Amino acid sequence: MSIIEEKKTGSNLKNLKVVTANEAVALAVKCARVDVVGAYPISPQTSIMEYLTKYVETENLPIEIIRVESEHSAMAVAMGAAAVGARAFTATASQGLLYMAEMVYWVAGSRLPVVMAIASRAMGAPWILGNEHTDIMLPREWGWIVLFPEDNQEVFDTIIQAYRIADKTLIPVIVGLDGFIMSHTTMPISIPDQSIIDSFIPKNTPKPYALNTENPFTHGNAVSSNLYMEFRYDIFRTIEEAEDLVDQVDREWYELTGRTYGGTIQEYMLDDAEVAIIVMGASSGDAKQAAMNVRQKYNIKAGVIRLRSIRPFPVKRLSRIASRLKCIGVLDRNMSPGLAGMIATEVKFALYELENRPIIQAYIGGLGGKDIKIEDFENIYLELHEMMQGKRKVEKVRWVGLDLSAVEAYFEEV
Amino acid sequence: MKVLIPKSKANKGAVGKTGLWRTSKPVVNHDKCIKCVICWSFCPENTIFRFEDNSVGIDYEYCKGCGVCANECPVNAIEMVED
Repeated sequence: MSIIEEKKTGSNLKNLKVVTANEAVALAVKCARVDVVGAYPISPQTSIMEYLTKYVETENLPIEIIRVESEHSAMAVAMGAAAVGARAFTATASQGLLYMAEMVYWVAGSRLPVVMAIASRAMGAPWILGNEHTDIMLPREWGWIVLFPEDNQEVFDTIIQAYRIADKTLIPVIVGLDGFIMSHTTMPISIPDQSIIDSFIPKNTPKPYALNTENPFTHGNAVSSNLYMEFRYDIFRTIEEAEDLVDQVDREWYELTGRTYGGTIQEYMLDDAEVAIIVMGASSGDAKQAAMNVRQKYNIKAGVIRLRSIRPFPVKRLSRIASRLKCIGVLDRNMSPGLAGMIATEVKFALYELENRPIIQAYIGGLGGKDIKIEDFENIYLELHEMMQGKRKVEKVRWVGLDLSAVEAYFEEV
Repeated sequence: MKVLIPKSKANKGAVGKTGLWRTSKPVVNHDKCIKCVICWSFCPENTIFRFEDNSVGIDYEYCKGCGVCANECPVNAIEMVED
């Protein structure tokens, strides 16, 4: 429930602050009593580190912010800190994540509960700062849990939830947020009492991975080929089983704060829905508005499946939801070249065995910060409704807002 | 919940018998050896034994045959021989 919806229901709002999502991240890191931060700037993430530095300087906080020469080193700092049992954090985006990639893998393989924020942004070439989801989708294969909130309040809450999930699974957690759309726009958020946060993410959880001089060992030494696959399987299994944990942690957070986001999936108007759009992040708000509009305008029973957890991919939840639907559109703000969007390909895999499988149409849109409007979502609902009635054929993928005439002059013969 | 963590403790042969990687092996000519133990200090894998009288021996179970010892020996008392 967003703070605005909460206001409507008259819930008790505590310690309100009007902040950008980046400041919400920094506040959550402070409230989580993080010990060490690996800091390197990249748009649109930079202000997370600026806010953190400000808090440390003005409030005399015991957070060690280590400024480094690259994202690769920023994650190495987080890894080293986590390896001795400290609570560690870093943040990046886009090109920075690519440069960091090697260490992102090492942290996951070493089972160190680091939490990282990614303010999602498209990748070059051509050079671009605009928001999309390709960067946040990539680490789904890297052994991390990847969560994606919708608004600034949820960003704060998800960072706190992330430490609980990481400490319980020893799987590091990425919390994504839409670059600029959220990272640089302000919303009111409510900060829970510090005692609630301290009890939710205590620091004295078991740390069997933590290096200690009494019983010296090291991380990530070479193994023979007959052991490696077993370590990979354990990461696979833990993330698979975390589907229930992500739901559970969200429910536990609700008990303490009155705020819940549905865990792995937020269901919107799905009770009687026939068509639904699967969407992630800030665009979900537009999709929800469009669902409401097409219900009023065209009497289409529309709903929204907001994917909140990319890993674990909520196969069980999604199957239960999809079995009640007739047609699903998947809006990917990323692309897998020549195939479709990454979420759509996973949704089709997840639902293939379903009896009475709904029609599934893949959409790609909003790359590089291109706007997707409420009308675009309404149009998708109309198309899905036509597919449901057999009046329109399903295509491998449909592009939303693609305008090749804008680049016509740049085409060259090869 | 039980999880697998790739922790490792330092012990001999933690990555298996690395001597199997070798294509040629160092052989010490004890008549030429002047017991300077330069080979012992240079061996990157600690596979050269140093005895009380500073004579040396080679642990062929783990020597990878890199040839650093033969290269560093000031009196050419170590020869690399095809294994």
